[in-house]
Amino acid sequence: MAGSTLTIKDLHVEIDGKEILKGVNLEIKGGEIHAIMGPNGTGKSTLSSAIMGHPKYEVTSGSIMLDDQNVLEMEVDERARAGLFLAMQYPSEINGVTNADFLRSALNSRLGEGNEISLMKFIRKMDKQMEFLEMDLDMAQRYLNEGFSGGEKKRNEILQLMMLEPKIAILDEIDSGLDIDALKVVSKGINQMRGEDFGCLVITHYQRLLNYITPDYVHVMMQGRVVKSGGPELAQRLEAEGYDWIKQELGIEDETVGQEA
Amino acid sequence: MTTETNLSFDKDFVRSFSKELNEPAWMEELRVKALELSESLPMPRPDKTKIDKWNFTQFDTTTVKSETFSSLAELPEEVKALIGDESTTKNLYIQRNHTPAYISLTEELKGQGVIFTDIFTAVREHSELVQKYLLTEAVKTDEHRLIALHAALMNGGAFLYIPKNVEVKEPIHSIYLHDSADANLVNHVLVVADDNSAVTYVENYLSTLESANGVFNIVTEVIAKAGAKVQYGAVDTLAKGITTYVNRRGSAGRDARIEWALGLMNEGNTISENTTNLVGDGAYGDTKTVVVGRGEQIQNFTTKVVHYGKNSEGYILKHGVMKDSASSIFNGIGHILHGASKSNAEQESRVLMLSEKARGDANPILLIDEDDVTAGHAASVGRVDPVQLYYLMSRGIPKKEAERLVIHGFLAPVVNQLPIEGVKEQLTAVIERKVR
Repeated sequence: MAGSTLTIKDLHVEIDGKEILKGVNLEIKGGEIHAIMGPNGTGKSTLSSAIMGHPKYEVTSGSIMLDDQNVLEMEVDERARAGLFLAMQYPSEINGVTNADFLRSALNSRLGEGNEISLMKFIRKMDKQMEFLEMDLDMAQRYLNEGFSGGEKKRNEILQLMMLEPKIAILDEIDSGLDIDALKVVSKGINQMRGEDFGCLVITHYQRLLNYITPDYVHVMMQGRVVKSGGPELAQRLEAEGYDWIKQELGIEDETVGQEA
Repeated sequence: MTTETNLSFDKDFVRSFSKELNEPAWMEELRVKALELSESLPMPRPDKTKIDKWNFTQFDTTTVKSETFSSLAELPEEVKALIGDESTTKNLYIQRNHTPAYISLTEELKGQGVIFTDIFTAVREHSELVQKYLLTEAVKTDEHRLIALHAALMNGGAFLYIPKNVEVKEPIHSIYLHDSADANLVNHVLVVADDNSAVTYVENYLSTLESANGVFNIVTEVIAKAGAKVQYGAVDTLAKGITTYVNRRGSAGRDARIEWALGLMNEGNTISENTTNLVGDGAYGDTKTVVVGRGEQIQNFTTKVVHYGKNSEGYILKHGVMKDSASSIFNGIGHILHGASKSNAEQESRVLMLSEKARGDANPILLIDEDDVTAGHAASVGRVDPVQLYYLMSRGIPKKEAERLVIHGFLAPVVNQLPIEGVKEQLTAVIERKVR
């Protein structure tokens, strides 16, 4: 059996009583890479936070299913153990907890009691992936994200992705704040994960990232909905022509959602 | 309170106690004078904590005679866990209640002139040296009633002397084991590091009783002479019901360094003062403290660095976790005196609250009487950040474990400073037990 499927149906989400997502439909299967594009303030990050279960976001209607499991009934950690992963736009800094201790704890909670990874095996695995991502090996012993540069944080998110090997990963603006070299390394990590058992949702403003990670499907979000879907050629057209043609086509004046005028 | 307890601290008692210990005349006089002072001096006034109803002065002064340990194999498990492997047991003092119960010091260190012994032996056998430093430089008998009472009734402690230019590589370890509910400890630790010497000293105040009803009065003096370096680690885990006054004070001479790493984990009400006097030019003081309060505990932690010398540097870092209905005051004081130019005073206090009823107040205070200095402070009181928990949980870590990671992480900067692995592990385990 090839991979898992994440199915989002008519998803409505509020933050502080304000509706941000107004009926999102999306299906991501193992082996597929989807890109969600769209200008700022159209609900892209809200979608990723709602899937993972961020405490500030409230799902008011609709459903999120991972295969036959109801994601909305799960706690954040259960979602992760079920196979979801979110590479965050702003990863938290946690003082006093080393990167290695954190990752080992995360990996072990996924493997479950009695199946914990041995320390040696863990170190080998971590070293290997850090080398692949061209990270300084000292970063394993640094406190989690603390004092990391923007680029280091993003690499560290991809390191976690590679260590935890989720079924479905969501990458929320993993390309923001990256220089071209870092972007290449991050893309290399994501491409390494590609395969039948891995589905991915890439959220980005820019076509730039999609030069390195070729998506199978491209979706455009505006006003809290997916307003247009297509293949990789859609991303190229957006890069060349911007978003105005879609707005015209759909008669949209203000593409943003839930923001004060 | 029972009637047979001996609450009379009269002159006769103090004199006979001193004679029983075969103390030299100067020590007997010191005790008697201190007793007189204790009658007139006021109680200390820890900022923001009212202690008038606390009992620090009414307790049984009977000396508890405990069994000694003829070998390490006889130690209770809790003590064994602290001392770890052989490398850290070579220089070890264990005091059981009031009784010096075990002592070892390597021949090498003895040969270099290092003195490490219980305070009674020190007073008798190294009388001149002890007389020179005991309650003369760092702490003075006439500061307030509890110090005067301490001097009058001192019934335990240790003396460590490192001669000039001697650098002690392995840590020196003391364990004050409290396993008798009848013991009220008045403990004095005196560490003297002579010019250009270096030493790491670690102590544990360990109750193996679940709870007791008693009073502990602890004073530590660290004298770091010119160019000396003293690292001082301590983990206090005294039982519920013990009211503790603990004063750890250092005096750093020219270019001397005193670095404290304190894990203050008592289960009872505690008033802790930790002061570093940077007396000489270029002196350096660093205090790292971690605290966990739980139950109904009331505690006050005052950490102070006083800059007398020019170019002196003082750092205070305190992290506290409060749960249940525990309440704590964290006073941090950086004081730069007139003339201590080019000095730097920095402090940081962070309090993490785990329950609605817990209370923690961080009071950063900078007192600066000199223009040409730098100083800074940071303080925060807050709860576990839900976004941090979300981040950890989003990787599959269950909420309880995520909280545990955040709390340990919060305390790690201090825990990691402790130089003996066994003590570090013990502190980690104590934290684990207390925050669960």
